[in-house]
Amino acid sequence: MKPIIAVENIASSLVTTLWTPIFVAIFIAIVTYALWPRNKAAFDEAASMPLREE
Amino acid sequence: MSASSSTKSMTIGESGLSLTFAVTAFLCVFAAAKALDTAFAFHASLAAAASAASVFFILNRYFERRELPPQEINGRPNYNLGPIKFASFMAMFWGIAGFTVGLIIASQLAWPALNFDLPWTSFGRLRPLHTSAVIFAFGGNVLLATSFYVVQRTCRVRLAGDLAPWFVVIGYNFFILIAGTGYLLGVTEGKEYAEPEWYSDLWLTIVWVVYLLVFLVTIIKRKEPHIFVANWFYLAFIVTIAVLHLGNNPALPVSLFGSKSYIAWGGVQDAMFQWWYGHNAVGFFLTAGFLAIMYYFIPKRAERPIYSYRLSIIHFWALIFLYIWAGPHHLHYTALPDWTQTLGMTFSIMLWMPSWGGMINGLMTLSGAWDKLRTDPVLRMLVVSVAFYGMSTFEGPMMSIKVVNSLSHYTDWTIGHVHSGALGWVGFVSFGALYCLVPWIWNRKGLYSLKLVNWHFWTATLGIVLYISAMWVSGILQGLMWRSYTALGFLEYSFIETVEAMHPFYIIRAAGGALFLIGSLIMAYNLWMTVRVGEEEVQSPVALQPAE
Repeated sequence: MKPIIAVENIASSLVTTLWTPIFVAIFIAIVTYALWPRNKAAFDEAASMPLREE
Repeated sequence: MSASSSTKSMTIGESGLSLTFAVTAFLCVFAAAKALDTAFAFHASLAAAASAASVFFILNRYFERRELPPQEINGRPNYNLGPIKFASFMAMFWGIAGFTVGLIIASQLAWPALNFDLPWTSFGRLRPLHTSAVIFAFGGNVLLATSFYVVQRTCRVRLAGDLAPWFVVIGYNFFILIAGTGYLLGVTEGKEYAEPEWYSDLWLTIVWVVYLLVFLVTIIKRKEPHIFVANWFYLAFIVTIAVLHLGNNPALPVSLFGSKSYIAWGGVQDAMFQWWYGHNAVGFFLTAGFLAIMYYFIPKRAERPIYSYRLSIIHFWALIFLYIWAGPHHLHYTALPDWTQTLGMTFSIMLWMPSWGGMINGLMTLSGAWDKLRTDPVLRMLVVSVAFYGMSTFEGPMMSIKVVNSLSHYTDWTIGHVHSGALGWVGFVSFGALYCLVPWIWNRKGLYSLKLVNWHFWTATLGIVLYISAMWVSGILQGLMWRSYTALGFLEYSFIETVEAMHPFYIIRAAGGALFLIGSLIMAYNLWMTVRVGEEEVQSPVALQPAE
């Protein structure tokens, strides 16, 4: 019987190997975006969004 | 304006939905007649009756209404509160039902005679009724109510869809009804937290897709450029639950007219899928969804901005990246490959970081408003919930460590851990949110009685402390008794001796559960009185406009 999930072809083995660096890179990009000094003002404003409602 | 002067026509939703329900009613009557088992016949009849009732209500609503409710009144969004009121009411109803069943099964463990020797009241059937009622019925309705509220307020638009939001809240509660009565009648897939059979699963899929669409379209048509962080958490919850539900439930029914089905996955793959589902139900239903509540309701109640919005972004993405891999810690020392177990353990430990980041963010939002904890029991409830979140997200990763797990697994320690999260975190944050939400959506100045909230807080807190401390002691005692050997290498205790040793702790646990239930009854009375006799908040649209 063939297994349900088979890691055989090159594409899938590439993905299974590369997902760690890819995800780490994406995550680092997100953290950089969050901590980027120029974004601070916009985020500080967003922090009080619940208080600004009508 | 008289009805004759306006020409109106049915919307596509009204005509399409009433037609669909009419066909469904007919099909369900047919299925009920052909049913192979009584439970299926009962559920098909319920569905037929509900479909017929839906047709009636949709048509009746059409004949009663003039035009569709406007998107805006006097330039301000005309928020859709009806479905939120319904979901809030159902949350309270299911909460009390779920806590009551929990108390019954806790008492059954202490005094087994309370099974009454009846199949419908046996522990095996009532236990999934309890877990589903508190998690999916109580928690689910709280999430529906708060998500529909928060997304409207923070996007400054009316909820998308006319009948769709009603379809979501009523459809979801109908799913709960089918699932819950199914457990009592012995209909189950036997997968923890995913017990509903194939036809309830299909129905939930439809409801959930509509939920996603309503939420997503509301965000798309928003007036506020920025998407507030709570909406990110809600969206992650909705999307991930859809993926988990589909992944864990590809089952083949034995017959189209019977309740029994078999899952496509087999053996250890099935186990892995089950706990990938199970742990992420904790991660995305019981955590992401309720963190959305934290990020909106705590700032709102404390009247302080979120401590660090940057931290909330990192918190969100770290949770998303890590949580999905933690499931294998439920399968330590099983047939699951060893590397997978270690992977699950590693990711569980890494989860410490975002969990505590989120906890700190929630708690520190009170900076400059700590004094409110003395005077506002609702805020106290919300803050204590975050403290419990921190505590149970510390305990969870610790228990996922294989050496610790070899002692804790299969013991009451797990039950204690789950309840410190469920009662302390999910329960309290939901109570706090409902205490805020009910006066807002029913347009009341405030709650009927803050004193009663205080009573609820202390009764429930005492209940939780009794519950979790009893289960910690019981669990560790149980684990140690199971693994103790005599000098000759025989097991020192028979299983029944360990059961006997649990008895006093089971009584303490039931007492804790009773206190928690009493607290929720106090809450229900308080909310009921808030709606019935609470003073209306006078809203004059002119006075509220700031002079700029």
